Amino acid sequence: MRHIISLLMVNEAGALSRVAGLFSARGYNIESLTVAPTEDATLSRMTIVTSGSDAVIEQINKQLNKLIDVVSVMDLSEGEHIERELMLVKVRAEGGDREELKRLTDIFRGRILDVSAHTYTIELTGARVKLDSFIDAIGREPILETVRTGASGIGRGNRILNQ
Amino acid sequence: MELTGAEITIRCLQEEGVEYVFGYPGGAVLHIYDALFQQEQVRHVLVRHEQAAVHAADGYARSSEKVGVALVTSGPGLTNAVTGIATAYLDSIPMVVISGQVPTFAIGEDAFQEVDAVGITRPCVKHNYLVKDVKDIAATIKKAFYLAKSGRPGPVLVDIPKDVSAQRTEFVYPESVKIRSYNPVGKGDSIQIRHAAQMLLDAKRPMIYSGGGVVLAEAAGQLTELVRLLGAPCTNTLMGLGGFPAGDSQFVGMLGMHGTYEANMGMQYCDVLLAVGARFDDRVIGNVEHFAQVPRKIIHIDIDPSSIAKRVKVDLPIVGDVKLVLDELLDVLRSSKQKPDAVEMASWWKQIEEWRVKGGGLRYKNSSEIIKPQYVIETLHKITNGDAYVASDVGQHQMWAAQYYKFNHPRRWINSGGLGTMGFGLPAAMGVQLKHPDATVACVTGEGSIQMNIQELSTCKQYHLPIKVLALNNRYLGMVRQWQEFFHGNRYSESYMDALPDFVKLAEAYGHIGMRIDHPADVEPALREAFARKDDLVFMDFRTDPGENVFPMVPGGKGLSEVVLAEEL
Repeated sequence: MRHIISLLMVNEAGALSRVAGLFSARGYNIESLTVAPTEDATLSRMTIVTSGSDAVIEQINKQLNKLIDVVSVMDLSEGEHIERELMLVKVRAEGGDREELKRLTDIFRGRILDVSAHTYTIELTGARVKLDSFIDAIGREPILETVRTGASGIGRGNRILNQ
Repeated sequence: MELTGAEITIRCLQEEGVEYVFGYPGGAVLHIYDALFQQEQVRHVLVRHEQAAVHAADGYARSSEKVGVALVTSGPGLTNAVTGIATAYLDSIPMVVISGQVPTFAIGEDAFQEVDAVGITRPCVKHNYLVKDVKDIAATIKKAFYLAKSGRPGPVLVDIPKDVSAQRTEFVYPESVKIRSYNPVGKGDSIQIRHAAQMLLDAKRPMIYSGGGVVLAEAAGQLTELVRLLGAPCTNTLMGLGGFPAGDSQFVGMLGMHGTYEANMGMQYCDVLLAVGARFDDRVIGNVEHFAQVPRKIIHIDIDPSSIAKRVKVDLPIVGDVKLVLDELLDVLRSSKQKPDAVEMASWWKQIEEWRVKGGGLRYKNSSEIIKPQYVIETLHKITNGDAYVASDVGQHQMWAAQYYKFNHPRRWINSGGLGTMGFGLPAAMGVQLKHPDATVACVTGEGSIQMNIQELSTCKQYHLPIKVLALNNRYLGMVRQWQEFFHGNRYSESYMDALPDFVKLAEAYGHIGMRIDHPADVEPALREAFARKDDLVFMDFRTDPGENVFPMVPGGKGLSEVVLAEEL
C-alpha cells in the first residue's frame, strides 16, 4: 500500500544521504522524496512516498526514527492529510491545439507560465492523481518534457508533526 | 590558552577516561599522534593492521563496560578499519573511531589517501561526523562518546581533517550533552511490564530467551534472578552466553543453528516466550514461517524499537533499558501473590528432560587416535576452571567453544556474532588482555581465521600480552567444508587449506612459544604447560580431526524443530 511519510530532521551535512541510504540498504521503495528547510533554518522537512506491507512500513518508521539526525516521523497516510505536488509540463502548442491546451489547463486550474511560438509551459499543482489525469487528458503526443517535484504532505487540522 | 585540534582531541580522550587507544599512524593523523606523544595519560597500542586496531578496541569494550577507542589515518587506514567497525555495529559494541582526513581544502579533489569516510562508514555506524571547524572538535567527541554508550550502543566515527587538527582554539570540554533529535529510552512502560508479569505467571510452558542485550546492559544478575523466580528454562543466544550461568540446572544451553535440541524445541513449543535483549535473527530461529506455525505469546524486551516485530510478530513489546525493565518486572513478580503453577511447571520440565534425552545433549565420540576439537575445548574449560576470557574467531571452532566452554559470567565470551568476522579473535584477545592484565585470556581459533590477522603476534610481543592461542587446525575451512559435505555433494570447493605455515616456527619467529599437539593424550599436558607460562604467549597448533562436524544443526532455512542430530548423518 502507498504511504506518505513526513519527517523533520536536523539540517546536518549528509542528513539526506542517511535517509536515502537507509532506504536502499534495507530494500525499501521510494516513489518520491522531497526535502527543504522549514521556517526554522536548523530543520529540514522531508516527505517520502513509499509502499510496502504493514510490517515494512512499521520498520521504515522505526528505522527512520533511529537515525540520530531525525527529530520526528509521522505516517501522514494513517490519518487525514493534504498532499500536493507541483508539475511543469512543456507541450508543443501549435495551431488549433493552442486553444484546446489552454482550455484543459483552465479546467485543471493550471497556469501557463511561458509561451513561445510553438510551445506552452504549464504549471499544475495537486495530488498525484490529478497530475496524472492531466497528462492523460492532453495525451503523451504533445508533451516535450515533464518535471515533477514529488509529493509534499501535511496533516489536516490539529495533526502536527511536532519538533 | 589555545590548543591545537590535535591536542584538543587527546584532551577529550583524557576527559573521557580513555586508558588505551588502538591505532596506526599516517599522514592525516600526524598532528594527533604528535599530541599523543606529548602526554602519558592515554596510552597508545600500535597494531600491525587497522582492522586489528578496531577489533582490539572492540575486545576491550566487550570485556568491560567501557567504550573502545581506535585511531586510524585517512584513506586505506579508514577502509582497513571498516570491517572492524561493521563487526562492532552488528553486535552493538560501544566504540569511538577517530580517523584522519585530508585537509578541508583538498576534500573532493581525489587527494592522496582521500576517501569519503563518512560515506563509506554510514551504513555500519550508529552515527558519524566530519569535523570541519576546530571549534567543534570537543563537542563532537563528547557527543560521539555519549552516542556510543547510550541507548543501543554502537560505533561512532569522528573524521578530522588534517588542517582542522592543526588549527588552534580555546579548549572547553562540555559537561553535558544534549542532542535534540536523540532521546534514548530508559524505563519501560509500567503497564506493559505488569501485563508481562501476568502473562509469565499464567504461563504453562514459559521459556526465557536472552541475548547480547543482557550482557551489554549489565543485567545478568537481574536475568538470573528472574529465571530462578519463575522456575522456567532459560536459553542464551551466541551473543548472550554468560548472561545466565551455564552451570545452572535451569540453563538449557545455547539455541539456534547449533543450539541444543531442548533449547530449540523449548523455543518452538513454549506457550509464553520472554525475549530479552535478543533479536530473533536468522541464525537463532531459522525459518520465520516455520517458527510462526506454532502459537505462542511473545513478550519482547529491547532498547531498540526497530528490533521488535522486525522478523516475528510480538504480542507484548516493552521498549526500554533491559536492566531497568527487568528490575521493574522483578518488583512486580516479587510483590504478586500469584506464584508460577508448580504442577504445570513440573510437567513442562518433564517435557524438556525428554527432549534433553532425545537430543542426547552436546556430545561427540572421543578418540584416542585423533584429537577431537570438542575435547580441546572441554579440557580448556577444565584447566582454566571455566574462568578464562575466551576470544574466538569464526567457524566451527567458534561453535564448539560456545557449546563446550560453559560460561558462567557475562563478558567472558568475546566473539563476532552478527558479522561473523574471521580474524577477530587474536586482536580482540589483545584488547581483553590489556583491560585485564592479570586474567587468563584464551584465543580459540582455526588455521583459517588466525591467518587473517596473524601479524598481530607482533603487537602481542611488543606489549607483552600473554594470550594463549588455541588453533584447532583441521586443515580445512571447517564450517565451509561442513556445508559442502551436507549441501553440496561433498564437493570441497576451495575449502582445503594447502601450504599451511609451520605455526610453531611462525610463533617462534614472532618471539613467542609454539607447540604442536598431534595426539589426544598430549592435549591436557600441553594446555597445562601453556597456561602455566603466565608471562608468555603460547601458540598451540592442535592437529584435529578434519572430518568433525558441528552438531546439532538446524540447516539454513529450516525450522527449529527440524534439527539434525549427530547420529542422523
